[in-house]
Amino acid sequence: MSVAVAKHGEVKHNYLNAGDTVLSWLLTTDHKRIAVLYLVSVTLFFAVGGLLALLIRLELLTPQGDLMTSENYNRVFTMHGVVMIFLFLIPAIPAVLGNFLVPLMVGARDLAFPRLNLASWYVYMAGGLIATWAMVNGGVDTGWTFYPPYSSSYSTSQVTLTIIGAFLIGFSSIFTGINFIVTIHKMRAPGLTWFRLPLFIWAHYATSVIIVLGTPVVAITLLLVAVERVFRLGIFDPALGGDPILFQHLFWFYSHPAVYIMILPAMGVISEVVACFSRKRVFGYHFVAFSSVAIAVIGFLVWGHHMFTTGQSVYAGMVFSLLSFLVAVPSAVKVFNWTATMYKGHIEFRAPMLYVMGFLGLFVIGGLTGLFLASLATDIHLQDTYFVVAHFHYIMVGGTIFGYLAGLHFWWPKMTGRMYPEGIAKLAALIIFAGFNLTFLPQFVLGYLGMPRRYHWYPEEWQMLHVMSSAGAALLGIGYILPVFYLLWSLRNGALAGPNPWGATGLEWKTDSPPITHNFEETPIVTEEPYAYENHHQQEEVASGTGASTAEA
Amino acid sequence: MTNGHDTHSHIVPIKVYLLVYVALLVLLVATVGAAYLPGHHTLLNNVIALTIAVIKAVLVILYFMHVRYSTRLTWLWASAGFFWLLIMFILTLGDYFTRHWVPVLGWE
Amino acid sequence: MVQEQAQQKLSIQFEDIAQQNESYIVGMWTFLVTEIMFFGGLFATYLVYRVANQEVFWEAHRHLSIPLGFFNTCVLLTSSLTMALTVHYSQRGLRKQQLLWLLVTMALACTFLVVKGFEYHHKFVEGLIPGANFRFEPAEHMRVAQLFFSLYFAMTGLHALHVIIGVLVMTILAVLIAIKHPSVQDFIPIELTGLYWHFVDIVWIFLFPLLYLIPR
Ligand code: HEM
Ligand SMILES: [Cu+2]
Repeated sequence: MSVAVAKHGEVKHNYLNAGDTVLSWLLTTDHKRIAVLYLVSVTLFFAVGGLLALLIRLELLTPQGDLMTSENYNRVFTMHGVVMIFLFLIPAIPAVLGNFLVPLMVGARDLAFPRLNLASWYVYMAGGLIATWAMVNGGVDTGWTFYPPYSSSYSTSQVTLTIIGAFLIGFSSIFTGINFIVTIHKMRAPGLTWFRLPLFIWAHYATSVIIVLGTPVVAITLLLVAVERVFRLGIFDPALGGDPILFQHLFWFYSHPAVYIMILPAMGVISEVVACFSRKRVFGYHFVAFSSVAIAVIGFLVWGHHMFTTGQSVYAGMVFSLLSFLVAVPSAVKVFNWTATMYKGHIEFRAPMLYVMGFLGLFVIGGLTGLFLASLATDIHLQDTYFVVAHFHYIMVGGTIFGYLAGLHFWWPKMTGRMYPEGIAKLAALIIFAGFNLTFLPQFVLGYLGMPRRYHWYPEEWQMLHVMSSAGAALLGIGYILPVFYLLWSLRNGALAGPNPWGATGLEWKTDSPPITHNFEETPIVTEEPYAYENHHQQEEVASGTGASTAEA
Repeated sequence: MTNGHDTHSHIVPIKVYLLVYVALLVLLVATVGAAYLPGHHTLLNNVIALTIAVIKAVLVILYFMHVRYSTRLTWLWASAGFFWLLIMFILTLGDYFTRHWVPVLGWE
Repeated sequence: MVQEQAQQKLSIQFEDIAQQNESYIVGMWTFLVTEIMFFGGLFATYLVYRVANQEVFWEAHRHLSIPLGFFNTCVLLTSSLTMALTVHYSQRGLRKQQLLWLLVTMALACTFLVVKGFEYHHKFVEGLIPGANFRFEPAEHMRVAQLFFSLYFAMTGLHALHVIIGVLVMTILAVLIAIKHPSVQDFIPIELTGLYWHFVDIVWIFLFPLLYLIPR
């Protein structure tokens, strides 16, 4: 459409140059601009969480607790968890990539409720700032799980403020969830039936369902803890007649599904990228689509696997264990289907594809170790050890963050109109992969040997493994900083992308890069199946060849 | 996209509203009455009270909230909330009800 | 700008009015689902403790006034009816009746709050507010009785908060309708407020038997 115009350097209208005052950003209701606001905010919070992680790894270099006191160590790992989970992992993909892409992919001019969308960013920022304020004014030391009675009766840290922050952030994701659900139901372009939707949309739909059904429960639960703390009531405090295990039930009713809030959107990204760079239709499209929904439903039935050793009934434990094995099935279906998609594909090893391949390997490890933990007997040995820490980092860092980076690179040309530099991006992907494994593989061994989580003293003989882990973390840090620089650099200096640099299918590639304010010149009409790479890729490559080849240069 | 027919201009006649209202009041009296039944029927009483409450809620949802006249999508979402609530109740209470099936040494 | 009902304002992201209306309704229902789960967490808490402490909860609940609870239930049920009438008249575009029934609904909501206030006051006088001054006979049941009243105040308090928000929203709507503001020309704002209001009513439909009518 507009490639030629853009190439000659004329300024085309797009969402980025639609206004350049600060207010035009702060009061925008354009989903794409809100996505950019979120991109900046989650990146900042990721940096905060990353610095805290660095402190943890520095402390653990030596067996003695020499860098900080135990109290401060408690604060550091708690705040690392709170920031990373509530302020980065949960919003990252939905609020940045989802916000940007959901309307584009369904062929709509915006989300159903643009003002609600903007409100969600403000609520998120309010929550984030309150949590930050709590951090600098004494911090929190309860662990990200806020277990009472420690959180309600004993901790002297800023529990209440942090809870208020988390509460607000929860509502911001509820707003996003409501918006996605309504948009996906009601605003699909003509011809875009459910089974023509990109799998990214299915994944975000499932994520939104979890957000809407789960988040309120954790909100009220945390609120009860705060009330209990402020008014000295005994809702969960056994000394006052309450039951702390009930808190755990309610907390994990949300927080297990919440791990799927973090991973499902990443799975959506993987489906898009794997199809594009294998030049094939996603194998078993329907299975992948329905597995997202299955995860959203079954994910709500397994929370008790976090409570095997807490005094929960043995029978409940057995049921929860069984159901946990069940939830691994739809995840496995996805992995098999992605792998089958690559089989005999024309694979292009672009940076996003490297992240996808990293994702596949790491997610398999993370998921399988989840099954170890979901077995009643093994979990008694592994509960609250570094094995658990390694398990969830394999999924949340190896899965979600890899997915996020894959998506960020894949759609960067769409968001900014510029290509990122391919060579250094690949290098960064490799560094991140190496650094990640060096950091977290030793932690499986440590956990198996009995290293408990949340301690900063440990026996001398484990130092070697801890040093490896810390070294890996440093490498990982470098890997994460690189994209900040080259992506910013590309904003001015990257090659012009053109509408469809990858020759990808999907409505978002049918409009300009960056898109105009209301996305499409005219409402698109969809006539074909998703991922029709096999029928179309030749024509499309011709059409977009210019963009792709500049990228290569 | 939209499935065509605009359901929300469906205007429910006032008579229907009044009937539902009367039914709600009757059910309310029934709940209070049931609570004063002579004798100890804790379980029975609880079941009666909750059944009546559910019926009342369903009446409100179907008529006052127009779900009866709404699209399938509205049906879906209205029931999803209650379905998930059941998941939460059943699995949580499942733990509490089965805790004492296996005696734990040193407890109690 | 006095126009027929059909001249609703269409936001840029929608294709037509039907799509826009349906989107708002579905959006509101999705929000109500989050409200269901929000209260659901409290109900689950209550159920677990009630099952575990049937006797003491029964004793404690005798300090609640069934007549007042019954009266308030009637008030809320009636307010649901009047709200439904408000929607009915707004769908028919009859402004006067719409305003009238909206005001009646607000009056009923305020009645509910006043009665609730009396109940709370009574609990205060009796020393049944959880905390340092909590008193309960027999003393060995004090801990669990306090648990009951903590939950009582948490649940009815959160519900009352929702009533207050409802009153505020209705006040705004009433003013907008009174000045014939274009944003309330169609029935969607009223319909959405109505959905919210009926939800608040449903919560009370469950709270009343659960808190006030505990069988021995
Ligand atoms: C294949 C499906 C999965 C299974 C069967 C599984 C199983 C488990 C189990 C049993 C635990 C509890 C370990 C313990 O505390 O002893 C656990 C912890 C955890 N899992 Fe998974 N998991 C799965 C997928 C995921 C995913 C997809 C994520 C994140 C995106 C995740 C994140 C976590 C986190 C954060 C914890 C630790 C929570 C804490 O105590 O702080 N898991 N997992
Ligand atoms: Cu879990």
